[in-house]
Amino acid sequence: MSRWSAETQNRARAIVAQYPECRSAVMPLLYLAMLEEGHVSNEGMREVAEWTGLTPAQVQAVASFYTMFKRRAPGRYLISLCASISCHLLGAAEVLAAIEEETGVVAGETGDDGLFGVERVECIGACGGAVALQVNYELVEGVTPDKARELCRWLREEQPEVIRSDVLQERFGGQRSFEWGAGEKEGSVAPVPGFGPYGSAAGEPV
Amino acid sequence: MSGQILTSRLQIGDGHTLERYEATGGYQTLRQVLSERQPADIVAEVKAANLRGRGGAGFPAGVKWGFLAEAEPRYLVVNGDESEPGSFKDRQLLERDPHQLVEGIAITAYALGVHHAFVYVRGEYARSARRLQRAVDEARGAGYLGDDVLGSGFDLEVTVHLGAGAYICGEETALLNSLEGRRGEPRLRPPYPAVAGLYARPTIVNNVETISTIPWILRNGGSAYDAIGPEGSRGTRIFSLSGHVKRPGNYELVMGNTWRHLIYEIGGGVREDRALKAWIPGGASAPWLVPEYLDEPVTIDDAERLGTMLGSGSVVVMDETTNVVGAALSIMRFFAHESCGQCTPCREGTAWMERILERIFSGAGRPADLDLLLDIGDNISPGLAWPPAMTTICPLGPSAVSPVVSIMRHFRAEVEAMVNGGGGV
Repeated sequence: MSRWSAETQNRARAIVAQYPECRSAVMPLLYLAMLEEGHVSNEGMREVAEWTGLTPAQVQAVASFYTMFKRRAPGRYLISLCASISCHLLGAAEVLAAIEEETGVVAGETGDDGLFGVERVECIGACGGAVALQVNYELVEGVTPDKARELCRWLREEQPEVIRSDVLQERFGGQRSFEWGAGEKEGSVAPVPGFGPYGSAAGEPV
Repeated sequence: MSGQILTSRLQIGDGHTLERYEATGGYQTLRQVLSERQPADIVAEVKAANLRGRGGAGFPAGVKWGFLAEAEPRYLVVNGDESEPGSFKDRQLLERDPHQLVEGIAITAYALGVHHAFVYVRGEYARSARRLQRAVDEARGAGYLGDDVLGSGFDLEVTVHLGAGAYICGEETALLNSLEGRRGEPRLRPPYPAVAGLYARPTIVNNVETISTIPWILRNGGSAYDAIGPEGSRGTRIFSLSGHVKRPGNYELVMGNTWRHLIYEIGGGVREDRALKAWIPGGASAPWLVPEYLDEPVTIDDAERLGTMLGSGSVVVMDETTNVVGAALSIMRFFAHESCGQCTPCREGTAWMERILERIFSGAGRPADLDLLLDIGDNISPGLAWPPAMTTICPLGPSAVSPVVSIMRHFRAEVEAMVNGGGGV
């Protein structure tokens, strides 16, 4: 008997059907488990094991390998600041210090009220727009310490349901790796990538 | 020299839509290939193009395709796990011209007798994956994918699969393990994926940029592609410029011009007109180059002659203010974090090198640390040469040695001064 909601089970069924072998659905189903519960729980891994015909231990072996599967709820808004070489060269340390100060949360931690999680991550593929960060895996490029503070304040005050790269970039971004072209209406609804099968939703136009 | 093979739609605001793609000649090549060309003929065309893979290793794509074993089913996997520090070209191709990739997938799958293709997109590229998924859905709706593609009798499904934060999954066998729902640990080879890849079936793994080039090659002919650029580095490739450069970005270029041209003409030179200290020529894995090499040609083979590589085409510029130990530490932290942990020299060595660089940077370095760093590096990559000898299953470990060898080769006095003078902070 699945513990997941009917909607989540429908999504799970559609995901499993995409693969020749159901084991391949482990990673997308772990995202789904995070969306359902806010983090990857033991129950969630048992559930994924049932969907894929694996043991819970095999699912845990996968879940523990990848940084984006969080065993503890990372906070409503997970701020991931890139510290790899190009962002390092252009001042990632100063931007991180501004975020830590504004949110009161140090990198690697989640605040007591559960609003913010802050983490220092490796390259997120936005080197031409360094310094770059993501909020719930929605990208902002060309971030300065001041803009990062504004972003944190805006998140606290507005508490948007859907986080969208295009909105963040417009308000808080600067230099981009390349022109993004037409805007995107979809974004993420949780600290899970906003991608159709698990976490995306359409928000208001920019 | 600039080229417009891959990037012709990247300036068009809605270049990612099916409507715009079709209006600019999109899917005409697929239509023509399905009705007029035999699969073997397409493989021969790509072989003739001498297109070398754009993911980093530079292996000729057509030759790789020739290794694909006969057994069925067989798979095509497109590597969109772009995670090499300095690289952001595949992100632009995915977001700004996803249909070009989809058409490339359809042509390649037809050529290889594949009926199910996968695109592995890194988990952090949510926006890119949404764009690609929409392109796949649009293409299916228009008959370019799915059952009986354009009435040809050829069937093709495409699945977009998201990773979850692991650089190592860019290594093709780690990617296949990840796609099978396993830890992203590289496999021992042989067998190669072309013989036993996804689900132990014959599988071709190619980079996003490589597959995005296929429609042009089939439209214009392999010999036309082979006529562009110097021997061994045919065609164009996208260079990602970042770091202390005035005009960072992606630039599609014909190879063979000099590093000076790339950094100063294309990139606009060093920010605030400062002096150039060093640059990374091919992503964080590549040994660094210094200004005495500015007039060397930018080709795959010339980079190898200088003991480095073009890798994924990502160039990171460092100006005179750069603390080289700090830069090497940032790169080492990356590799220590991303080591999958399978092989002892890499798992232990990267962590130790990170700690030693950290203490040098913080002012607690010891004179013996310089040779200790090189000794640890030598245990991962005996001889400290490039291309590297390896004590590990995959090249991640040897790549981690690159920043250490680079600062010792070019800036040893500066590192010694930091050990003796209190660090870099």
